Amino acid sequence: MKGNRMPKSESLPAAPVKPFHLSLRVLAVSGIALVAALLSLPLWASANLMRTLVEFICFLAMAQMWDLLAGYSGMVSFGQQTWIGLGGYTLIVFADDLGVNMFLAVIVGGVVTALVAVPTAALAFRLRGGYFAVGTWVIAEGFRLLIASSTEWLQGGLGRTLTAAGNMPRNEREMFTYWLAVVIGVGSVMLVYWLMRSRVGLGLTAIRDSEVAAMSVGVKITRIKLLVFIIAAFGTGVVGGLIYLNALRITPQSSFNIQWAAYMAFIVVIGGLGTIEGPIVGAVVFFTLREFLADFGPWSLILLGGIAVFMMLVAPEGLWGLAHRRWGAEIFPIRRRLKPES
Amino acid sequence: MAGLSPLVSVLLVAPLMFGLGILLQRGLLNRTLNTGMLPPLLTTFGLSVIVQNVLQIGFSADTQGLDAGSLEVASAQVVPGVTLGVLPLITFAVCVLILAGLNLLFSRTPLGRAFRATSDDPATAELMGINSRQIYGLAMGLSLAVVAVGGVLLGVRTTFAPSDGPARLIYAFETVIIGGLGSLWGTLAGGIILGVSQNVGAQLNPAWFQLAGHLVTLALLAFRPTGLFARTRDA
Repeated sequence: MKGNRMPKSESLPAAPVKPFHLSLRVLAVSGIALVAALLSLPLWASANLMRTLVEFICFLAMAQMWDLLAGYSGMVSFGQQTWIGLGGYTLIVFADDLGVNMFLAVIVGGVVTALVAVPTAALAFRLRGGYFAVGTWVIAEGFRLLIASSTEWLQGGLGRTLTAAGNMPRNEREMFTYWLAVVIGVGSVMLVYWLMRSRVGLGLTAIRDSEVAAMSVGVKITRIKLLVFIIAAFGTGVVGGLIYLNALRITPQSSFNIQWAAYMAFIVVIGGLGTIEGPIVGAVVFFTLREFLADFGPWSLILLGGIAVFMMLVAPEGLWGLAHRRWGAEIFPIRRRLKPES
Repeated sequence: MAGLSPLVSVLLVAPLMFGLGILLQRGLLNRTLNTGMLPPLLTTFGLSVIVQNVLQIGFSADTQGLDAGSLEVASAQVVPGVTLGVLPLITFAVCVLILAGLNLLFSRTPLGRAFRATSDDPATAELMGINSRQIYGLAMGLSLAVVAVGGVLLGVRTTFAPSDGPARLIYAFETVIIGGLGSLWGTLAGGIILGVSQNVGAQLNPAWFQLAGHLVTLALLAFRPTGLFARTRDA
């Protein structure tokens, strides 16, 4: 398995790098402390910081979902913006047209995208590799054009505004939005963690390493991939709802934009594919870069693209992969290793 | 610049792009090939972002056009009552010529055999003495040269801007999906079907130009996932 190869004897260091694990207790305590700090933030921090954190969490969670597809399951999708857009529009329709509570409508967005993901997968799964990547993108474009052609109901290319947001005092709305974001962010990490430690995760690892071998030991490849595709659509759909709960205004052009997929890929590649820590590290790096580069227009994108290409050539395992190789760092252990006989 | 006619400039642009393709593949992309298809996919994706934005800095986001003079509007009467634009006719002829040339290359020459062998199974091809990295380089060079011809013809026909690439990539993808992987003449049919369905869609509703193409592609994917004339199975 990746990362577990025994070093060759001549290159063996004096003491082999021992996996660095935090004990479960340390992990649980620091995890709870972090979540408590995050949840209590509205009591002591500025609204500006809260909005920034919501944005950060959106990137983190959508990258986790993209990593679930690309990193663990080998399904590189350039069409995850489908779920961002559908989640956002579901929020608008349910909250504004059907009168559902807008925070609940964010979750409904996930359910709707999960449902739409089933027929979508039926089409996309006929493609492999690069064709799958572009095929999912075509599907996203199809949805964008469909929604843009609804000029009356969804106001076409003009997009719509979340008017339900006006029913609630602003600071209250922002506080609830923030709390929902924390739940979604922590939830996305825990979901992937739990999934990868389950039977599904074992099957996925097998598929990633060799589809044929996995099939021969009885892994139900299509079923597992479909499950993962649907889960990723659900997660990304919820994020889509959250993005537009925060932004309050949605257009087909912005929500079904391939830019989202590019951000997801960038974050995961920089941080480290196929790990939970990777997208977290990547999201921090991306978010920091984005804040600093905001004024540089096209140059910032050139730099981001350059960094991604550079990382792919020099360290395809990402920053967290480097840290893992160097120090054996692991916070969310999801790798399975053989115990060497002693 | 020297004021070359765009159609003449192809003779310079295509070889230039051929060289660039070889450099790109051998200098950069071949290094990403060892660990699955994700690294080359993401590397090229990153490159496309870079190229688009460099073009935007160099040429601004405004649309540009290539000027081929009177050729752009010239038309010829094929049969009484039916006139066709000269430029579309030239485009079509060039397209058929390129496809025929590629077909000959792939089916009749040792190089073409090496291409097909590497595509089927690079490891075995290497055992037979084929240098797959060299083949990848030539394939990328060839591909960029053909794209260059297409790009120039497209630039004469319509305007273009730095960010237009992705949309064209989608059309190319749809053409291949409709025509079937690995079939050159299938691509021709795929391109025609895509173009016709886009224009039929646009006739019904001006906003449906792209959508019609997407729907035809997705329908084909649903009912005939190997495309109309598929030759290979690794779709």
